Amino acid sequence: MGMTQILFWFLSVLALFSAIMVVVSKNPVHSVLWLIAVFFAISGHYILLNAQFLAIVNLIVYAGAIMVLFLFVIMLMNLNSDTEPQKNKWLKIAGVIAGGALLLVFVAALKNADLKNQMAEVTNGDIGLIHNLGIALFKDYVVPFEISSVLFLSAMVGAVVIGKKE
Amino acid sequence: MPINYYIFLSVALFCIGVTGVLTRRNAIIIFMCVELMLNSVNLLLVAFSKMHHLALIGKHADAGTNAQIFVFFIMVVAAAEVSVGLAIIVMMYRNTHSVDVNFLNRLKH
Repeated sequence: MGMTQILFWFLSVLALFSAIMVVVSKNPVHSVLWLIAVFFAISGHYILLNAQFLAIVNLIVYAGAIMVLFLFVIMLMNLNSDTEPQKNKWLKIAGVIAGGALLLVFVAALKNADLKNQMAEVTNGDIGLIHNLGIALFKDYVVPFEISSVLFLSAMVGAVVIGKKE
Repeated sequence: MPINYYIFLSVALFCIGVTGVLTRRNAIIIFMCVELMLNSVNLLLVAFSKMHHLALIGKHADAGTNAQIFVFFIMVVAAAEVSVGLAIIVMMYRNTHSVDVNFLNRLKH
C-alpha cells in the first residue's frame, strides 16, 4: 500500500466521519466546525487528484468565507443545543431509513457498473494547475465568468434587501 | 485510484447530506447539509475529469479542463446561494424568533 492509498483512505474516513458528526451534533457551532473538517478533507482529495486550483478555491471560498458566514449567523442568533425541540423521533427514524434506502439504491445500481479498469489519475496530470485552468477560463469561458459577476451583484443586492429591517 | 472508490465515497457523502436534510429541524443545519451534497458532487466531477484525462492522454492534452471549470462555477453559484439563503434565515428568525422549520407552516392556513 503506497503513500497515495494511505492518504486516500485517511481522507475518506475523515470526510465520512466528519459528515456524520455534522448531522448528529446537537450544537450548531459544532456542526459548523465538523463541516469545516469535511471541506479540508475534500480539499485534500483535490490535492491528491492534482487539482490544485480547486483545492485552494475550496479552502478560501468554502472553509474561509461561507463557513465564517454560517458561524456569524449562528452566533448572532445565540442558538444552543436546547433550542431545537426533540419531538417526534419516528420522523427521525423515517429520515434515516429514507437516506439509507437511497444509499442502498445507489450502491446497488453502481455495484455492477463496468468501471473495473477505469482509473482516476492521481498525483500527475497538469489540467488542474492554475495556468491551464486560467487559460481555459479566460479564453473559452469568459462570458459565463462575466455573467457570474452579475449573479454575485444581484445576490449581494438581494441579501441586503432581504436582510434590511422593514 | 480506481474510479469506483471515488464514486462510492461521493455517494456516501451525498446520502449523509440527504439524511441530514430529512432528520434535522434546524434551518441552518439543513442548509449546511445542502452544502455537503454540493461538495460531494464536486468531488465526483473532479475525479471524473481526471479519469477522462487519463483515457484521452496524447490525443487531447486539455481533456477534463471543462469539468474543473464546471466545478468552479458550481462553487460560484453556491457562494451566491449561501448569501441569499442566510439572509432569508435571518429574516425568518426575526419574524418567528426561531429557526425551526416546523414553524414555517403559514401556507397551510
